[in-house]
Order: sequence, then C-alpha cells, then structure tokens
Amino acid sequence: MLDWITGFAAWELLAYDPPGWGGVLLRGLAVSLQVAIGGYILGFLIGIGGATGKLYGGPVLRDILDVYTTLVRAVPELVLILLLFYAGTDALNQFLVLIGAERMDISGLAAGIFVIGVVQGAYQTEVLRGAFKAVPHGQIEAARAYGMSSLLVLRRITLPGMLPHAVPGLANLWLIATKDTALLAVVGVAELTLVTRQAGGTTKSYFLFFFAAGLLYLMVTLLSNVAIRRIERHARRGMPAVR
Amino acid sequence: MAPELRSWKEPHRLVLLAIAIGIVVFAATTMRWDWLPRYSGKLVAGVGTTLWLLFLTSVLGFLLAVPLGLAQAAGPFWLSGPARAFCTVIRGTPLLLQLWLLYYGLGSLFAYWPEIRQSWAWPYLRSAWPYGVLALTMSFAGYEGEVMRGAFAGVPKGELEAARAYGMSPWTSFRRIWLPRAIHRALPTLAGETVLQLKATPLVATITVVDVYAIISRVRQDTYLTYEPLLLLALIYMILTGVLVVAFRWLEAKVPVKGS
Amino acid sequence: MKTKIITAIAAFGLSLSAHAASAETVRVGVAAEPYPPFTQPDASGNWTGWEIEFMNAVCTEAKLDCVVTPVAWDGIIPALMSSKIDAIVGSMSITEERMKSIDFSDKYYNTPSVIATSKGSGITPDAAGLTDKIVGVQVSTIHQDYVTTHFSDVAAEIKEYQTQDEANQDLAAGRVDAIMADSLALDAFVKSDTCCEIVGAVEDDPAILGAGVGVGLRKGDDELRQKFNTAIAAIRENGTYAEFSKAYFDFDIYGK
Repeated sequence: MLDWITGFAAWELLAYDPPGWGGVLLRGLAVSLQVAIGGYILGFLIGIGGATGKLYGGPVLRDILDVYTTLVRAVPELVLILLLFYAGTDALNQFLVLIGAERMDISGLAAGIFVIGVVQGAYQTEVLRGAFKAVPHGQIEAARAYGMSSLLVLRRITLPGMLPHAVPGLANLWLIATKDTALLAVVGVAELTLVTRQAGGTTKSYFLFFFAAGLLYLMVTLLSNVAIRRIERHARRGMPAVR
Repeated sequence: MAPELRSWKEPHRLVLLAIAIGIVVFAATTMRWDWLPRYSGKLVAGVGTTLWLLFLTSVLGFLLAVPLGLAQAAGPFWLSGPARAFCTVIRGTPLLLQLWLLYYGLGSLFAYWPEIRQSWAWPYLRSAWPYGVLALTMSFAGYEGEVMRGAFAGVPKGELEAARAYGMSPWTSFRRIWLPRAIHRALPTLAGETVLQLKATPLVATITVVDVYAIISRVRQDTYLTYEPLLLLALIYMILTGVLVVAFRWLEAKVPVKGS
Repeated sequence: MKTKIITAIAAFGLSLSAHAASAETVRVGVAAEPYPPFTQPDASGNWTGWEIEFMNAVCTEAKLDCVVTPVAWDGIIPALMSSKIDAIVGSMSITEERMKSIDFSDKYYNTPSVIATSKGSGITPDAAGLTDKIVGVQVSTIHQDYVTTHFSDVAAEIKEYQTQDEANQDLAAGRVDAIMADSLALDAFVKSDTCCEIVGAVEDDPAILGAGVGVGLRKGDDELRQKFNTAIAAIRENGTYAEFSKAYFDFDIYGK
C-alpha cells in the first residue's frame, strides 16, 4: 500500500555520480542557465535597439518594430520556439548559402539562445521604451547642447538614467526567460526539463525527478529574487520605492 | 507625447501594407497548402478545444485566485502562508514542468495502487483532459492570486472603515465593498492575463490533449513540411489574440471605471 | 572592470561559436528519448544501447567521424531535410511514404510490431480485441500509421505520444489499454516493469510496416548512402554485428 513512497523516495537516484542522475540534472540546469543568460543578453541588445528605434526612428522603422513586438506578443512562446528553431535556423542557413557563405552548424544551445533572445527582444523593447521615456528630457537636451554625439548621449545619459526605471520590468523578464527555457524541451535541447523527463523515463521514477527539477527551478527563482532586490535597492537609491 | 494613431493613407504605411500583402500572396501561391482541406475540420475542432480550455481555466483560475489573494491580504498566518507558498511555487516553476509533474508524475504513482482502476474516479484520472485543466487553472490562479492580493490590499482603508461605521458585518462589507472594489482594480490586468493564458494552452498538447497545436503537429508529421503548418498556426493564434483583445476592450467600455 | 566584462562576453560567445560543418563529420540524429534497448542516456549523460554500438561499428568501418546529435523525434525528419543532421539512426523503418522525402541505407534490422497490454487483459492483437479500447502509439511511426489505418474505427480512442517511453508509462499507469510498438523495444519494457505483457504480433501489412529499419539520409546524398551500405555489409560479413548484438539479443535481429 505504501510502496509508492519507495518509488518517490528513491533518493539515491539523485546522487551526483552515476548511477545517480544528479549530475545529469545539474548539467541540464547549467544548459538551461546558459540559454537563459544568453537569450536574456541577446534580448536586451535587441530591446535597446528596438526601444531607440521606436522612440527616435522614422515612421517605417517604428511600424516594422510594432509588427515585430505585436507578432511576438500575440503568438505563444511554444509556437515561436518551433518556428524559430526549425524554420528560423533553416532560413538562416538558406540565407547564408544565398550570399555565398557556408552553412552554419547551429548547435541546440545556440539555437535555443537565438530563440529565447528573439522572444525576449520584443518584451524588452516595450520595457526599455517605457524606461527611456522616463529619463528627464532636460538631461538629454543638456547633453546634446554640450555637443555629445547620439551614441555618447545613449551611453552616458540615457542608459544609466533609464536603468532604475527598467529594473522591475527587466527583473520580471529574467524570470520569464528562465522559465521559457523549459519549452526548449519540446525541440530536444538538452536542458533541465528534457533531461528530467529522460531520467524519469529511464528509471521510471517520474515523480521524484520532476519534483527535484521543480526544486531546482524554484531555487533559481528565489536566488534571482534575492539578487534582484539587491540590484533594485542599489539602482533606485535615492528614489521613492516602487510599491 | 506624439499621437500614436495615424492615418492609414500615409505613403509609407501603404507601401508596407503592399509589401505585407505581397508576402501573403507569395506564401499562398508558392508554398504547399494542399494538406489544408484534409485537416480543416480537425483544425476547427482544435480551435474549439483551445477556446474551451481557455475559457474554463480562466474562469476556474479566477475563482481560485480570489480566495488566494484574500488569504494573503487579510488572512491569519496559517492561511496566508500556504497561499503565499502556492503562488510562489506556481510562479517559480515552468508551466511545462508542472504539467508533466501532474500527468506523468502522478501517473507513475498509479501503478502502485491497482485498486484505483475500479474506483469511480478512474475515468477522470486516466484521461489527459482533467490534468490539463488542473495545471492551467492552478497556473492562472497562481499569477492572478498575486494580482488579487495587490487589489485587495489597495482598496482604500477608508471605505472599509466607513462600512464598519455603518454597522455592516464583516461579511456584508466584504460582499458589498471590498470584493467589488478589488475586482474593479484587477479588471484592467484581466485582459493581459487571459491573453497569456491563451498562449499557455498549447502546452497541453504534450500530454495528449488534442488542441489546435496538436493538430498542426500531426500535419507536420504527416507532411514533413517545416514552414507552412507553423505559419498557419502562428496566424491562427494571432487571430485568436486579436479577437480576445477586441472583446476585452468592448467589455471594458461597458463597465464604468471611475478613477481608482 | 570593463576589460573583464568584455573578455567574459568574448569567452561566452566563443563557447557557443558555430563552426562550418566539416566534410568528415557526420552528425547522426538520434531521438532525444530513452528507447531501450536501442538508444538510451545513462547516468553519465552518454548515449548507450544497441543502435549506438551499431553506429560506432559502422562509422569506424566507413572511417567517418560520427557525432551523436539528439533531436526531438517529431522533428527528426525535418531536421535531416534542413541539414541540421546528416543521418538518422533511430530505428526508423523504411517505408514508401518516408521514401518520398528521404533516402534510406540498406536495412540493418527487421523485427515485427507487437501489442502490449497490462497483464491478464485478454486483449488480442487484432481489430476484434481492440474494440472499445484506448490504444497508445508514438507519433510519426509506422505503428501510428498502422493503428490509424486498421483500428481507428473500432478503438475507443487513439492517444498519440511524443516519445515511446511516455506511451509505455501510460500503459503502466493504466491510462491506455494497449500500446503498439517494435517487439524488441516493448520486450525491454515488459522486462523492466512487472505491469505488462506482450500479447502478440499484429497482422503484417508491408505497405505500412515497411521492410526493416535503415539509416535515414537526405535525398540524393548517394555518397554517404554508399559508405553506409558498404559498412553495413562489411560488419555483417566480418562478424562485428553478431559480436555487439550478443550482449543484447539471443537471436539475429537482422531478420529476413
């Protein structure tokens, strides 16, 4: 009657060294984090470009960026991941062949980062656009009066100035990025959720492994929250609290 | 702030529109769409499943979110603690993991209880639909519970004190003042949360629930096409999202929102 | 501080740098799921199994540098067609339908398809036995084609799973009444779990069930196909095939 507890509590399966699967899970977590960090950074860069484009670009650029952000926010991440992973990498390679370069061997990790980055980029564009608008325009005017080039203004005034306003939104997007990496399991990238299912499938202890993976994700979230609170306190020093 | 709405007839908009139409026509004529008639009935059924799933889990999730938010805002520690923990766990782990934990995790425990197959609950425990509904409902409740917590906490204390001063019992003041005002505060986010819920529904296809995503997956496997089925799926979701956004805007216009 | 950040980013970027596919390397796609006894990940994260050993033997024989590339099963043929991988070694049966999109090497094993159910269910592997039963199959397989063609009007429901081990799990949990898959894969499953038994092979339908399992290759990739064919014949000839198969099976799975 109670043997399901042994099925659940087969703790030795979580040991770090084989035949325990702990090492495999942690490696999967490492891949997940790599994809999340890489995708987040890529998304941030796309977001900066997108936000400046939306605020200071011409009407055509603004419309194109609107289409980009609307598309990404209207289509489920799972479908976007499939599209970008299969169709996107195929289109990329076809484009490379077209311009005469050699086909690239895009690893699962790189494709995952590309996918998460493109999705994050749309959301980051919106968050950063709101944050850019919050920078007092007088500071930008003063910088221009000093003769700073646009890039210099961006680097010295806008970016440092908008960061405190962007931190809550950016923090939320980081948590979204870490959880979206789980969707890459559907395309076979060896991140935590997929290796958990593989481990569960090989050992038949599904409950144990999914529970362990859940704990790992929760730890990432809780540690991130601690770090975010620190960053928020530092970035927003001297400013009224958000809530 | 520059006005966002501009006329459709501006030259650059017309050019972009022409390019977009050109792309659509190009896609419609050069890509393989011969599989469409064969699957059109299934696709419609799949969309129906998706919408039903969305409606059901959003309603149930909201009903669960209200007590969760209330418990966190005003409950004693033995209510607010578990509610807080529930919301933290749901928001801290991926939905896909929660879904697989429920379906395959619980499923693997069934083998230890052969008697369960004779029980009345068995037809529900063995099909995939209830697990999908449960996971999506819990997910919606977890996120919306946070929103409701903020909404309950944000209702001006003065109104509640005035209700007490009138001699209303706690239950009456909750029913007439606190709950409606909190829901009012949460309403603007509801549209966004429902769209997010729509975007979460395809995950149930991984536990064999047949929604529109599952049908398109079948098309992909039968035809080995890379682009066409996925593009159609993206289009379907875009249309559904658009319909949802318009519907919510219409609803919000009907519900008067006076200030906070 | 700035140089530290820049070097960190550069190192990170280099660690993911894509490199042009070299002519000698063959990325062999395997399904990213445990499929014992043919392919499964072990606790060190390496892929083991009969098919992995077969792949190693063939690649050594053909002097190719084969790299195991796990790909989700439901996207494995599109991955091959878009050159994400160069070959599929995933117990993929040679069928007319698949030959329309990809090429195959010569077969390297051929085993029947069977139905497994929970112990003592009394189900027979035919339309009569499966009436009003819930049948589970993996997507994109000959078994799914067979069940859809022969049993879809009698079975209560046909559930489709992304991976075979999910279907096995649901049989063990009692969510499906019967599953249909390759006899060796189900044999490994019923040996590992006391829940279930194999009730027999289905009636043969060569058009659907195909003529054995081959290495999937892109259409027109004749050079690679020749290399694989020569290597397969060679390892059958010189006894390597029999050698590594001994540890897994006590009969010759090459079939007729």
